[in-house]
Amino acid sequence: MSEALKNFGVVKAEEMVLNMGPQHPSTHGVLRLRIRTDGEIVSHIEPHIGYLHRCFEKHCENVTYPQVIPYTDRCDYLASMNNNHVYAMAVEKLMDIELPERVEYIRVIVAELQRIASHLMALGAMGLDLGGVTPITWTFRDRERILDLFEYTCGARLLYNYIWIGGLSHDLPPKFVQYANEFLDYFEKQIVEYDRILTYNKIFVERTADVGVLPVDVAISYGCSGPVLRGSGVNWDLRKNEPYSIYDRFEWEAAVGKGEVGTLGDCWDRYWVRVEEMRQSVRIVRQALAQLPKEGDVHAAIPKKIRPPKGEIYFRAENPKGDLGFYIISDGSPVPYRLKMRSSTFCNLSVLNEIARGWMISDVVAILGSLDIVLGEIDR
Amino acid sequence: MTSFTDSLIKGLLDLGLVPGGSAALALVGAVIFLGVAVFLLIALNALIAVYFERKVSAFMQDRLGPMEAGFFGFAGGKRFWGGIAQTVADALKLLGKEDIIPTDTDRKLFIIAPFIIFGAAFCAIIGIPVGYGLVISDFNIGIFYVVAISSVGVIGIILSGWASNNKWSLYGAMRAAAQIISYELPIGMSLLLVVMVVGSLQFHDIVAWQETNRWFIIHSPFTVIAFLIFFLSGVAEVNRTPFDLPESESELVAGFMTEYSGFRWAIFFLSEYANVAVVSLMTAIVFLGGWLSPVGGLLRTFSVADGWYYLEGPWWGAFWISVKAIFLIFVMMWFRWTWPRMRVDQLMYTAWKVFIPFALVNIFLVGVWELLFA
Amino acid sequence: MELAEIITRVNTAVPGAIVPTEDDAGFIQVEPKHWLKVAQLLKDDPELRFDSLMCITGVDEGPEGRLWAAYNLHSMELLHKLEVRIFVNRKNGSIPSVANLWRTADWHEREAYDLIGIKFKGHPDFRRILLPYDWEGHPLRKDFETPDYYRGMPVPKDKRGWE
Repeated sequence: MSEALKNFGVVKAEEMVLNMGPQHPSTHGVLRLRIRTDGEIVSHIEPHIGYLHRCFEKHCENVTYPQVIPYTDRCDYLASMNNNHVYAMAVEKLMDIELPERVEYIRVIVAELQRIASHLMALGAMGLDLGGVTPITWTFRDRERILDLFEYTCGARLLYNYIWIGGLSHDLPPKFVQYANEFLDYFEKQIVEYDRILTYNKIFVERTADVGVLPVDVAISYGCSGPVLRGSGVNWDLRKNEPYSIYDRFEWEAAVGKGEVGTLGDCWDRYWVRVEEMRQSVRIVRQALAQLPKEGDVHAAIPKKIRPPKGEIYFRAENPKGDLGFYIISDGSPVPYRLKMRSSTFCNLSVLNEIARGWMISDVVAILGSLDIVLGEIDR
Repeated sequence: MTSFTDSLIKGLLDLGLVPGGSAALALVGAVIFLGVAVFLLIALNALIAVYFERKVSAFMQDRLGPMEAGFFGFAGGKRFWGGIAQTVADALKLLGKEDIIPTDTDRKLFIIAPFIIFGAAFCAIIGIPVGYGLVISDFNIGIFYVVAISSVGVIGIILSGWASNNKWSLYGAMRAAAQIISYELPIGMSLLLVVMVVGSLQFHDIVAWQETNRWFIIHSPFTVIAFLIFFLSGVAEVNRTPFDLPESESELVAGFMTEYSGFRWAIFFLSEYANVAVVSLMTAIVFLGGWLSPVGGLLRTFSVADGWYYLEGPWWGAFWISVKAIFLIFVMMWFRWTWPRMRVDQLMYTAWKVFIPFALVNIFLVGVWELLFA
Repeated sequence: MELAEIITRVNTAVPGAIVPTEDDAGFIQVEPKHWLKVAQLLKDDPELRFDSLMCITGVDEGPEGRLWAAYNLHSMELLHKLEVRIFVNRKNGSIPSVANLWRTADWHEREAYDLIGIKFKGHPDFRRILLPYDWEGHPLRKDFETPDYYRGMPVPKDKRGWE
């Protein structure tokens, strides 16, 4: 076939480079995407990150171990409790600290509540990216109640510094269990409402089903984790597969995408996994509240001097957005020699070009929303 | 049939307010007067509609909406009229803002674009009656005129997108062009069916037909479909969610309006709400019986004796058409604050593969229906 | 699979790749020049199957020491873990890039280069990732000195109040 015949009927337009961000309504912060487009179709995406780089790791090399905790708060600022929790567990493992039962339960309760709060934010933001303004106000309304609970517990609403190495900053306030149970009763009804306005909304399903399909091998190769990996149908939840803390004592199931309305691993599945995970977190919190030991001093196991022995550790645990890992090198001094944070959304974002190529600009926004990125954690 | 213009000219001449009694001068006077009146009407419409939209969205989203600004004794607060002066304050703020024209824009087109859009909305309002005889100019081709003139607005959108020299604006403008041209067709076809049954393009004739027969929405099953196609296409025509792709703030920043600010931006807003009003009024006139009283229609069906409680007459008519139009505006807001946005190919799919074929078949079926039952 | 078995397996396939370390080290140390082959083996060998690269950490030993990178591998099929360390010369040493084996290494290697200054040979798109493109030096090195000015802007160095 001659060259002319081969190209017959193929119109190749000139490509346009589009700069999405750093100031753009749906890049969730200060992400900049350099998009090459052919009309509305995206042919290449290059994420430029680092606009929110605050030298987290450099800071950590200059402050003592407990002083790192407030910095972890500020990494994934939508899931500060989980960040505190993972970091504290990593150092505790390095130092071999046994925790009182009550501390473990309280940690699981706050971490799971924070997971719900983080997913609420993800849901609302994804709805907003797709043009539905109402869901985010509803999810914020419910997230607010979780923040109220946290405020009641430790005084802070966003950056808690609550989980300390070997313990907690405060014990639970007296009526916390009652308030938390009230919240869970209220919240379970709200999830149904989200299903109505967003999850099974026809337009929402049209916009997200079959869009941005992430195959399993690509997901693993790119190091995706959390809801992004589970949305592709991989049953991999560190709370189940590598149980840490006391997660093995509760009855719950990891949420795994099923491809209910489209191809397995599409945006809708990633979204749905988050909705399902909120249900499971409610289950976990309920059980934890019921089993919570009455007695126990949350400060009992906090070491007087925090000087981990010489050595290294890589510890990871399940954050709302994926596996959060800490690689800590200790030289026996009170200051970490090197602390590397493997952030989940950093890896999740790197897959963007792979799955968003060939889709439209509107879909890029949807896919970005379904990846649920937090720039504070990506840029550190 | 008298229109505002006719009565005004007649009044001016009768009262001897025109020097020399020249009819041409009276016409000029009437046009200027009514032009200012329509402009004020559009501004008032936008003020009220924005307030309405804010409150509707607020109550749908479980919040209160604006509740600080108040005037004339209506202090702000947690009542439903709290913040009633908010849009007035916003309008004043917009008027006071610096007029920014970015450096690399095409200055002339950039300046002229909003006024083209506004002009289209302005001209469309002229042809729409809001009651028996309450129309600025009663065209005998009213429907055709309104549909034709309101699609001129797309030129302004394309110009603004092109002149802004911004890629987002260009995307918005391209989407708007495709969308508005596509949705003109189902709108035209749904109206064609009505025109076919009535045999006239004049709004008054259509309402008169509905008075002697029945409202179009309940005339036959096919007109219900036509009503749905017309109203949804109308929503698309005025770029509102779920069809607000030209603006789509989460994808294209603000689409073709990205580079505009201050009063120029306010003009886009004025014309958007004017268009919303035009589409709602047209739907009300063509399918929902215009200024006909639902009470009177109902009572007449059950042969209740003639009387004042029919709630009919020119001013009651204006009231009824407003009620219908406001309800339709509310429905549009309901859409907007409930649904996500469609994608550009889905939008085209809806127009070309759903609305247009249905509208075409509809015309044929309505013809058959009329032959059989009329 | 236990660490000792992994070492034997790698040693038989790629002789001389593993630098002997203490017995209870908990990691394997690989020669940079053999790394690509070892990585391929770790990923594809049916008994190893390390399909997931969890993390790459760049570390600086100090002004006199070397640079090293720690690769934390995990097999989601066989559920075992491995830490691989590769030491390179501070001045001009480089590590072969594994960005084509584990795609996540792409960004992690760029980050290690950006902050520590380890060079990765054969990386598809090798440049800074977090810091500005015209930043000088690698801030996580122990001998990094904060510049006085960045693009004419004074860099604040006042440490009063938090030391």
